Amino acid sequence: MEKFNTFKGIAAPFNILNVDTDKIIPKQFLTTIKRTGLGRHVFDEMRYKKDGSENPNFVLNQKPYDKSNILIVGDNFGCGSSREHAPWALKDFGIKCIISTSFADIFYNNSFKNGLLPIMVTKDERDALLEDAKDKENPEIEIDLENQEIRRPNGGKIKFKIDPFRKKCLLEGLDDIGLTELHENKIKSFEESRSTKHPWL
Amino acid sequence: MSKTLYDKIWQSHLINEQDDGTSLIYIDRHLVHEVTSPQAFEGLRLSNRKVNSPKRTLAVADHNVPTLDRELGIKEEDSRIQVEELDKNVEEFQIPYFNMNDTRQGIVHVIGPEQGFTQPGMTIVCGDSHTATHGAFGSLAFGIGTSEVEHVLATQTLIQKKAMNMLINITGNLDKIVTSKDLILYIIGKIGTAGGTGCVIEYSGNALRDMSMESRMTICNMSIEAGARAGMIAPDDITFNYLYEKPMVPKNEDWDKAVNWWKTLPSDSGAKFDKIVDIDATKVTQTITWGTSPEEIVSIDGTVPNPDKISDEVKQNKIKRSIEYMGLTPGQKISDVEINTVFIGSCTNSRIEDIRSAAEIIKGKKVSTNVKALVVPGSGLVKKQAEEEGLDVIFKHAGFEWREPGCSMCLAMNSDKLNEGDRCASTSNRNFEGRQGKGGRTHLVSPEIAAASAITGKLTDPRNVT
Repeated sequence: MEKFNTFKGIAAPFNILNVDTDKIIPKQFLTTIKRTGLGRHVFDEMRYKKDGSENPNFVLNQKPYDKSNILIVGDNFGCGSSREHAPWALKDFGIKCIISTSFADIFYNNSFKNGLLPIMVTKDERDALLEDAKDKENPEIEIDLENQEIRRPNGGKIKFKIDPFRKKCLLEGLDDIGLTELHENKIKSFEESRSTKHPWL
Repeated sequence: MSKTLYDKIWQSHLINEQDDGTSLIYIDRHLVHEVTSPQAFEGLRLSNRKVNSPKRTLAVADHNVPTLDRELGIKEEDSRIQVEELDKNVEEFQIPYFNMNDTRQGIVHVIGPEQGFTQPGMTIVCGDSHTATHGAFGSLAFGIGTSEVEHVLATQTLIQKKAMNMLINITGNLDKIVTSKDLILYIIGKIGTAGGTGCVIEYSGNALRDMSMESRMTICNMSIEAGARAGMIAPDDITFNYLYEKPMVPKNEDWDKAVNWWKTLPSDSGAKFDKIVDIDATKVTQTITWGTSPEEIVSIDGTVPNPDKISDEVKQNKIKRSIEYMGLTPGQKISDVEINTVFIGSCTNSRIEDIRSAAEIIKGKKVSTNVKALVVPGSGLVKKQAEEEGLDVIFKHAGFEWREPGCSMCLAMNSDKLNEGDRCASTSNRNFEGRQGKGGRTHLVSPEIAAASAITGKLTDPRNVT
């Protein structure tokens, strides 16, 4: 996985409650057998009109938000299915960080596996960032994972919390499976003791 | 120290724990389907890794499979490739597999329990959020993403942090007309779609003790709609009787040993829960959804809400949007709403008991001329059982289509989908915008209400169909 470095990017305001994974990437795009190429379908049903043309009212179709790297979103973002296609599609569009008050568990977890950073802040902080993002002249926000800090366009800073292990994996671009394989002996002895105790397992 | 059911399963699967709580846990069973696995197998190939424990893995194609004319194969090219990819992958990695033409094929969360692959005390995962279903057996079962599917295939373990313990305690008894589907929709309405976020839910109470395994599975299945990755119910004699002599359960002395162990799993008295929600069963009515989130519920005799009465602007906008998408008006009686499609199926309600309950209502009646109605059994074995009981004849005689097993119209990844503006009484689990087909409108209901609605062409209380 690519290392997650400090970056400055355009933040798009997208304050809708309970955005589900069907909304992020509808089912007709789940038949892919690849991880890439889903960016043009992200938020498909909101983003395109029935005739396939872009819906000018949708935020990611508007300048400068069509080049967004950050989304400021409503509560309980990513609820619904376990489809990793949701973070793949967001990442493929160019999103590297999503900021909300809360995320659905599976989506939250899947995001880290793909170098997409979900940040949880308080409602007041999220609302302030929404206001920042709404300023089309200056919607750029800086994300510093190392120092756990969001830097606002007005120079203000918002600190955020993150699980230290997940932080390390993102910063160093670590591969989970490789890390787990370091515990190979422990896994083997666990399996052995388990099959003595409960042989049918 | 007193432990919860979840604590006990977690601790007995813990391989390693770091200081910050990040843990490596062992996975007993892994169910694999065609949609969330191709990239995982590709990952294994690219890194030259093998499947660690094929015997703990079971694969089936369910999301993309056609429910009509199966012998003709899959028409849609993308869907066909995805299933062919699974065919190739299980062959290459030597994973047990029920292919599309196997009688044992069906929805992944129906076949696991049916085969006894699912057992109490186990950790069970699948690249599908409705894996929570298996928690009805007193196992820790949850959905994972594709990266985690690859991780489990390669190592038979997962990196996790322990979730919070949440107890949903159901006091009193349910009215006879109220089903487990009504109960779980009511619970989601109470706690909201984020109510269980960060938690594993244990459901308890006498009302559950009287329930069949099928009903318990319906409840655990929809835990994810309440935000919880897993939902569990302590195992008891009903659980053991259901599993007895299923193909993949332990046999002879091992069975006795297993039952003795399973009996130690229920939460100890005095076990500590981080969150407790009490639900008064006597207040639960026949519940359906009116909107586009599973928390947007209404009693079958209720009305569509009025957004103007909601002060929070974001919530008000969400409700306005739901009303608009659903083509409803505030204050409208829900039982006046006309439907043109009925879907009885999905991992929530496609088991034999669901099909029996719906058939009971349908018997001797006709589907309304304006309604397209289909029954999609959860597996080939459910279909066979229903046919042995003559239930297919009841449905076909009434004007229902009797289909082959699969996920079907629950998520519209196959030929079964709603068209723009169609309105469906569906026994599935998600009513999100476009979930059953672009522009389609979904009302989540019990099999009984689905059956009654098919007859009248409106969302209908089964008691009003005589």
